[in-house]
Amino acid sequence: MDIDLILRVYPFFLQAAWLTIELSVLTAILGLTCGALGAAARMSRLAILRWIAAAYVSVFRGTPALIQIFILYFGGPQIGIQLDSFAAGTIALGVNIGAYMTETIRGAIVSVDRGQTEAARTLGLSRWEAMRKVILPQAARMMIRPLGVNINALIKGTALVAPISVIELTYTAQRFIGSTYKPFEMFLVAGLLYMVIIYVVGQGIAWLDRRARIQ
Amino acid sequence: MLDHTAAQAFVTIKNAAKSYGTLEVLKNINLSVERGQIVAIIGPSGSGKSTLLRAINELDPLTSGEVWLEGVQINRKLPPRQYEAHVNQVRQDIGMVFQHFNLFPHLTVRGNITLAPRMLKGLSEAQANALAVEQLAKVGLSDKIDEYPSRLSGGQKQRVAIARALAMKPKVMLFDEATSALDPELVEEVNLVMKQLAEEHMTMIIVTHEMDFAASVCDRVLFMDQGVVVEEGPPSVMFQNPTQERTRNFLRKHLSR
Repeated sequence: MDIDLILRVYPFFLQAAWLTIELSVLTAILGLTCGALGAAARMSRLAILRWIAAAYVSVFRGTPALIQIFILYFGGPQIGIQLDSFAAGTIALGVNIGAYMTETIRGAIVSVDRGQTEAARTLGLSRWEAMRKVILPQAARMMIRPLGVNINALIKGTALVAPISVIELTYTAQRFIGSTYKPFEMFLVAGLLYMVIIYVVGQGIAWLDRRARIQ
Repeated sequence: MLDHTAAQAFVTIKNAAKSYGTLEVLKNINLSVERGQIVAIIGPSGSGKSTLLRAINELDPLTSGEVWLEGVQINRKLPPRQYEAHVNQVRQDIGMVFQHFNLFPHLTVRGNITLAPRMLKGLSEAQANALAVEQLAKVGLSDKIDEYPSRLSGGQKQRVAIARALAMKPKVMLFDEATSALDPELVEEVNLVMKQLAEEHMTMIIVTHEMDFAASVCDRVLFMDQGVVVEEGPPSVMFQNPTQERTRNFLRKHLSR
């Protein structure tokens, strides 16, 4: 193994890791937004909203994220959507993970015991008041871990924007392989940095989960 | 909406029927409960007694028939938005206690009791607090005000649930097998609270499996089977001298001697 080479190139990898982090954060924010809206629509009293949300989930979970990225980045200009690679990657990944998060959030909400809604409604709370004061606070605790699983997947999923030349970890590894012919070292460094990011995020989620469980 | 002709009693159920598809769970039920009366509904499981109780506050709306409380029709046919507002309003007057307590686990005992009065009656924090203190004293749990429900016994949970319902100052209380999920040694403390409410002349409709309790507390007992009221009368008659064969059969199995 070429340790010297690793030491020479790793500053570039750190920079790339930073971009992976930025990409992950923006994707997570967009994904959570899509997930919250999707879950709300999925449980709406309006059939049309339920239908749209169900279609959203099945389309984005039913096709490869890579295809979704390619359609937006390469296909977009054909229908008048011009995005740089970073924006296209973020949007495609965010909307993709949002479909998974829709199901995660909805699952946590429906797993709250029916009796909770009944008790709240019986006291005179409206549907929305019961949701806000009784159901969501309980569902929020239950969705921390499964949303953590979604976030773990989305961080690893950011590697899928390498083919559209976003200079994140995987792309950086490929670029250095082109000039050094040392795939083992390059992918090893990239992989280790992914692991560090995922470990830190995982610890953060476990901490949130513990904090929510106290009491 | 006041109606002075149709509904004389405090709680009136007229020609109540409910079906799920072709399955009829309630068939033409009529019931009048006077203010301060305590009515027990007994019967085998699947007889429709819980369904009838849950129809009173629109948790399980009737297919047809009417439910009235103090001259106000609970199950008015209204456009969706108005119906929602109407139901939210009338439910404030109908306390309900469930078999499985349904306390809010993320809130303290205080939070459980004060949530609805604060949101719906606009009570200040201090007023709501005073209300919680008062209601907890009534059920004998003043020292538990800052506990979370997970730290209470079943009997204590049910007493908090009763205090939560009472905090809305309801006109009538519905009990849906309030002691069925409790360990035998915890039943008595809940029964005591219900007896105390009876002494205060709270109007109560109680679905129960406990014949002794029904006999000692209630003014009237309804026996339901297969969606109909088979027989009703004062407990002395119902438990000692029922006229219907079905009632006798049921009581033979359920009366402890």
